[in-house]
Amino acid sequence: MSITMDVSAPATSGVARATSGDVHADGRAQEVNNCVLEMRGISKTFPGVKALDDISLKLYPGSVTALIGENGAGKSTLVKILTGVYQFDQGEIFLEGKSQRFVSALDATNAGVTAIHQETVLFDELSVAENIFLGQEPRTRLGFIDWPTMEANAAAVLKKIDADMSPKTILKDLTIGHKHMVAIARALSTDARIVIMDEPTAALSSKEAEELYELVDWLKSEGKSILFISHKFEDVFRIADRYTVFRDGQLVGAGLLADVERPDLVKMMVGRAVDRAFPKNNTPGTDVVMKVDNYCHPTEFDSISFELKRGEILGVYGLVGAGRTEVAQALFGATTPSNGTLELEGEAVEIRSFDQAISKGLVYVPEDRGKQGVTLEMSIAENIGMASLKPTSKKGFLDLAREFEMARKYADRLDLRAAALDQPVGSLSGGNQQKVVIGKWLATLPKVIILDEPTKGIDIGSKAAVHGFMSELAEEGLSVMMISSELPEILGMSDRILVMRDGLIVGEFDRADATPEKLVNLATGNTQ
Amino acid sequence: MLNSILKKREYLLAAIILTMIIAISFRSPSFLQLPNMLATLNDTSILMMLACAQMFVILTRCIDLSVGANIALTGMVVAMLNSASPELPVVVLVVIALGLGLILGAINGFFVWKFDIPPIVVTLGTMAIYRGLVFVLADGSWINAHQMSESFLGFPRANIFGVQLLTWCGLLVVAGMYALSRYSRLGRQFYAIGDNPNAAVYMGISVGKVKFKAFCLSGMIAGLCGYFWVSRYAVAYVDIAAGFELQTVAACVIGGVSIAGAIGNIGGAILGALFLGVVNNALPVIDISPFWQMSISGTVIILAVVFNAQSERKTGRTILKLKGTEA
Amino acid sequence: MSIAFSNVRRRGAEIPNKLEMTMMGRLARWETLLVCVVALVFFLNTIASPYFLDVWNLSDATYNFIEKAIIAFAVALVIISGEIDLSVAANIALSSTIMGAVATAGYDTPIIVGAGLLTSLACGAFNGFLVAKVGLHSIIVTIATMSLFRGISYIILGDTVYKNYPDSFAWFGQGYLFDAFTVEMAFFIVIAVFFWMLLHKTVFGRQVYVIGNNKTCAAFSGIKVQRVKFSLFLLSGLASGVAAVLLTSRLGSTRPSIALGWELEVVTMVVLGGVSILGGSGTILGVILASVLMGLVTFGLGLLNVPGIVMTIFTGCLLIAVIVLPRITKLIMSHSKKTK
Repeated sequence: MSITMDVSAPATSGVARATSGDVHADGRAQEVNNCVLEMRGISKTFPGVKALDDISLKLYPGSVTALIGENGAGKSTLVKILTGVYQFDQGEIFLEGKSQRFVSALDATNAGVTAIHQETVLFDELSVAENIFLGQEPRTRLGFIDWPTMEANAAAVLKKIDADMSPKTILKDLTIGHKHMVAIARALSTDARIVIMDEPTAALSSKEAEELYELVDWLKSEGKSILFISHKFEDVFRIADRYTVFRDGQLVGAGLLADVERPDLVKMMVGRAVDRAFPKNNTPGTDVVMKVDNYCHPTEFDSISFELKRGEILGVYGLVGAGRTEVAQALFGATTPSNGTLELEGEAVEIRSFDQAISKGLVYVPEDRGKQGVTLEMSIAENIGMASLKPTSKKGFLDLAREFEMARKYADRLDLRAAALDQPVGSLSGGNQQKVVIGKWLATLPKVIILDEPTKGIDIGSKAAVHGFMSELAEEGLSVMMISSELPEILGMSDRILVMRDGLIVGEFDRADATPEKLVNLATGNTQ
Repeated sequence: MLNSILKKREYLLAAIILTMIIAISFRSPSFLQLPNMLATLNDTSILMMLACAQMFVILTRCIDLSVGANIALTGMVVAMLNSASPELPVVVLVVIALGLGLILGAINGFFVWKFDIPPIVVTLGTMAIYRGLVFVLADGSWINAHQMSESFLGFPRANIFGVQLLTWCGLLVVAGMYALSRYSRLGRQFYAIGDNPNAAVYMGISVGKVKFKAFCLSGMIAGLCGYFWVSRYAVAYVDIAAGFELQTVAACVIGGVSIAGAIGNIGGAILGALFLGVVNNALPVIDISPFWQMSISGTVIILAVVFNAQSERKTGRTILKLKGTEA
Repeated sequence: MSIAFSNVRRRGAEIPNKLEMTMMGRLARWETLLVCVVALVFFLNTIASPYFLDVWNLSDATYNFIEKAIIAFAVALVIISGEIDLSVAANIALSSTIMGAVATAGYDTPIIVGAGLLTSLACGAFNGFLVAKVGLHSIIVTIATMSLFRGISYIILGDTVYKNYPDSFAWFGQGYLFDAFTVEMAFFIVIAVFFWMLLHKTVFGRQVYVIGNNKTCAAFSGIKVQRVKFSLFLLSGLASGVAAVLLTSRLGSTRPSIALGWELEVVTMVVLGGVSILGGSGTILGVILASVLMGLVTFGLGLLNVPGIVMTIFTGCLLIAVIVLPRITKLIMSHSKKTK
């Protein structure tokens, strides 16, 4: 945070401030000229969702800009636009003053934009040196790849960033932290001017994260512009100079980090969290439906214990990668816990497969709707009937009339919008797809339903429908466990809230005690 | 670390082959003598070349099942040319074989590249078409040794420093393939697109085009082998090299080439080919009918695939564990 | 699915079961197209050869495709589930060889047939074990077992032949029912109906579609993916066994090269029948039509004295063409849309 040239920049107001103007005229234009990349008025709409709405963003050389926002705020869409994976609908991108449009990933790479993702976009079976130089290998006069030179060059780049590894190592033998370093080394070797880091510390240990911070500092000193995306406030305050906050696809604030306090950032990020009206009418019962005792897993989570009461909505809050999904899937039988017991309605059960879980009345609505939730090519009726084929069939033969009847029942309850029940689910909007998924699971008549990010990536209207429905279900006595990274949803819908971090339950709140600040601080490990 | 494991795997395979040779030579001491060893190497040369070419195709997550039919077709074409105009120099025929093979391979690659058809379907189809064409071309007849010119038959048998030209050729091609796999951008691209096609696009590599090139290469080598096959066995007819594509796949899989792409090297493919070559040559020596050959290669493929899957699975698990301990 | 869905969105209970399909939509179905082509080929055959319409000839024509079609039904299910079985022809060879051995040992027809079916089931189970339980790629597994099964046949037979089948065994491949149609035809109809019921009317069939479209979603919905896949390989093994019985009975002899290259024709039939090679879609009706079509074509070419190996050129071209053509039309369609 000691970059002097940034202090003079009046960047605090942020929002759509920039005008082009003559470049070399006054100090202000100088500043415009200074910024390496500017996004102006960028909008991007997906069917049913406006992912980005009139967004502006500036990146400066030798400066780290932190991009902050909840899940679904539009951060990843922005990254995809910057790396040429998506095309924006409106707006303009200026690269060093020149209007530019990245039509492909390669285009962005050639323009000097490199992204370092959580999952690195590298080659597992190739060596470190090759991963750094693939496509630009040094060659001998005869046209052969010059391995000794390539490895020496790789070693030099790695040494620059203080990465302790042999260029000959095969990538898949490296830890994630080291893979990030290789990605950074590649960015350096391609002369990238803009480095985007998309939650790079999500899977890193604190020691590795510290190594990464040092690296970012070094990149900064080399004059690179860095866009750093993270949920973790410790990351942001440790390395960033500027911040930009997105909420629901809109820009809500930007400026110098030195001018802002943590609570203000949290407020910006969470926004009108609490004022939004949620349709919540259920009152939890007293009898325990599901009791999880000391669930452990060697690599994913540890000592997970909690209870779920009849008609209760239990919110589980945490950052992506906190182990929430892993716990839910373990309960559903995807993985076997190394230790721990599960009781359903007072009866100890052992669930080792999905169909066991379903027959015991425990269902899980997965987060990855397209891959795990629905079969896009098949019809609405077939999807709703998918998990309850046994009850709707007669001696192994399908009973289509009954299946349609059931599908209609849940279509009605969920207020589904569609042209026909034999329409493929893929032709529905995201929100309606999610209704189909929930309908599929309700058709199995469960006692406990685990919803994993139930409103991720769906439009506001469908969100409200899903929330209303959740409350209705709880009223009818169904126990709901809702995993969500969206604070308003967690605060608005839950009777009780568990907070998870790094595979552990780190806090439990009653609805009345929970505040956005408390939850965010616990989930991010922010101690201030 | 993994490099050493892969190396170990090749040492293991080499050790198995050596043990086999020694065991066989107990039964029949002449097996171990140099002329016999050279003959075995000579017999395996064609398989070695094709296994290397097939390896490149498999590295890109494809498979080429048409190599056997390609051999039969190019072999028939050069044999017919030779019998029709014996004055044509062998070198010209070899070039024609290479070119024709390249075209046949390019047809496979074209469909995979431009229409994104699963390679197994394309090559299953062209396998039938190419072999059918052999019949149409020769009208079902055979071309025998007496219809072929002296030089046509003599070329692969030419003796240079006590080793037949076919062997030299095989070694040369293998050396070229090694250079390609290790020291050329194209060679590394075969690995890259098999490893992570999405990332390859970021690097500006056209996945389809690289696959196309792999099929061209495989076709070209098959064409060359078509000539060698016909001149070496001194006969050309519809059914030559039938089922040979399976041998090439077997050699690769035995040599540790992963059917899921990106894993494998020339050393492994060659050792895989040698393994099969030694088995094939040893069967008559130890009085086992050559009819065993087919089921042996089938069994060995299965064992090798199971072995590969096991070793691949292990690496997957350790990564997960590392992830866990860090978190 | 290329049918455009109307923009009329209805709510909840008002949503109809099925969308009114337009006449064009009905006509655009792959099966309709196949019926037309079958009729055309039939017509061309009658013109090309005066012998074609002879009842005995037509009845002979059925032999050409029935045995392959029986396997094609099972392979269709395997392909719809997203896997492939290339070992079916080799399975026939091994089953036929075992039947020959049992017959040579002097056993009677029921035991021979039983031995053949058991062998084919064992082969199917072996494939199923490697694919579903060990988790290997079905392509490479069945390529290997293709070589293994036929290889065993070669080990047993070498260059000899089994032909000591009892007279009663000939009934399957050469017999007639009610003097009207062949036993093979009866088998074909029964098996076609069985597979039609299995794929389109049962829970199992539905599960096959789900697995082929989205394996992960199937697993999350409580479908036992491994078990279904294992059953499918068993089924395709058994179908090969039935085909082996019919073929061996018809030929009256077994050589290790029996049914060589059939896997290609079977896969072609399946793909021609509209089954997506990537899994997830296809119908038994389509496979039936495709098998009739291929039977008619090969029979017609046979009457014109075109040798068998040349027909494989035709088969190979057909296989590639049926996959390429829809993609070309799609390309042209999207292109013309853009220019509009």
